Amino acid sequence: MAHHIVILGCGTAGTLTANRLDRLYGDAAEIVVVDRDDRHIYQPGLLFVPFGTEESASIVRSRRSQLRAGVDLQTGSVDHVQSGSSEVQLADGSTLPYDVLVIATGASLLPSETEGLTGPGWREKVFSFYSLGEAVALREALRGFDRGRLVVNVCDMPIKCPVAPLEFSFLTDWHLRERGVREQVQITYVTSLDGAFTKATCNRELSGLLADKQIELVTEFNTGQVDGDGGRLISFDGREVDFDLAVIVPLHGGSPFVLQSGDLGDELGFVRTDPHTLQSHAAPNVFAIGDAADFPTSKAGSAAHFQGETLVENIRRFLDGEELEASYDGHVNCFIETGFHKALLIDFNYETEPLPGLYPDHRIGPLPLLRESRRNHLAKLAFQSLYWHMLLPGRNIPGVRSQMSTAGKQLAAAPLGASA
Amino acid sequence: MSAVTYAGTTIDVDAEGFLTHPEEWNEQIAAEIARQAGVEELTQRHWQVVNFMRNRYLETGSAPSIRTLGKASGVPIKELYELFPKGPAKLAAKIGGIPKPRGCI
Repeated sequence: MAHHIVILGCGTAGTLTANRLDRLYGDAAEIVVVDRDDRHIYQPGLLFVPFGTEESASIVRSRRSQLRAGVDLQTGSVDHVQSGSSEVQLADGSTLPYDVLVIATGASLLPSETEGLTGPGWREKVFSFYSLGEAVALREALRGFDRGRLVVNVCDMPIKCPVAPLEFSFLTDWHLRERGVREQVQITYVTSLDGAFTKATCNRELSGLLADKQIELVTEFNTGQVDGDGGRLISFDGREVDFDLAVIVPLHGGSPFVLQSGDLGDELGFVRTDPHTLQSHAAPNVFAIGDAADFPTSKAGSAAHFQGETLVENIRRFLDGEELEASYDGHVNCFIETGFHKALLIDFNYETEPLPGLYPDHRIGPLPLLRESRRNHLAKLAFQSLYWHMLLPGRNIPGVRSQMSTAGKQLAAAPLGASA
Repeated sequence: MSAVTYAGTTIDVDAEGFLTHPEEWNEQIAAEIARQAGVEELTQRHWQVVNFMRNRYLETGSAPSIRTLGKASGVPIKELYELFPKGPAKLAAKIGGIPKPRGCI
């Protein structure tokens, strides 16, 4: 009898999981993916939309057309999961029973959780770029912005792609210089953490980047309120940062149905999951992948890609009654655009902070780690094609392993603590 | 990394004084770290936050943010700032003997 596998969410993680499972099982599994619509957005492209260097139409494709023919996509919204009876309740009243459930619903943006953020001034001088609509609105505002103080603010962790707000600051600096108005604009990066770079080696290698680009830094600022009319961010401990244009990364949470599903998630709605096997703590036949889970690593597409291999192997083991393998090591890598046709690349996992070296081959690279280069920028641009043609189909990229490699990295250079 | 002596025990801390081995922590060490950070006495409300922080880190591998503390520790955000001035999540992590909350780079 065919296994019934239900996957909630058809973004990066859900799509690559469905395709890997279909390739493994063929007709031996019935795979259903649920998502609310048929629009798959290439999220790394959102960063470039405000600068007019990425067209909004070119980063949206059909979800269905990224799935193998054997996978069924149902559009609908999830009300809750009953892990006790292995059923998903959909908002239209129908029920989806499963043998194995994969939660891949990503992270949700919660701007309304910050007082005033979506109040007066929203989309006039208070913006974000984490959704397509917001990124397009910001493009219009940025086009006419030629003097004053521009503030980039991360309200609190965790957020998707934690380097994106820094990249946005770097690209803003470049954009304003190209337009010849940089001297009339003050750029300020406001973060809830105690630095722009919080890991020892990154801090040593990269701390000059902000100063070189004359970007001012405000740290340990937890935004409690946004006063759009007055042009002020106000922290929980009463400090203020004035702005003429604010670009804010709102609070993130899991998908709302997680909070309605018993002890499936934590208080933010992220699924409580074993960080190495990807099995949920709530039930043995429920797994989570990507941004939806509470893994102590970055929320990034590369993480979902590297998790894919472990997840599919462990679903097979679960269905065959074998012990799961604890093989996901927290591996993530990210390009960081620094402007002027250059980018950084970082590679890390649960145990090892980003270190200098070469990637993916530690002898020949060709990409340098933790160092600005034109080659990294070209690789980031080329990655969009890899995303559609390799990542989403659930294929391994030749020469790139799911587990992080320490070859060629100077581990001794960095005192390691368990890192979050 | 350097070694310091708290409450008669020598332990490893990082450059900012966060314990490198959470298992070396005890309540006397917590009280001493707190005093050095200007928190003279750890009240029951302080302990509620410190214990929540520490337990959550040991369960999940990451230190909770201020928002998680506000939602789940039982102490509202305003009071967190009164108990742990300037950066409640960072200071409670330090007192609780767990690594500093970090970003990815």
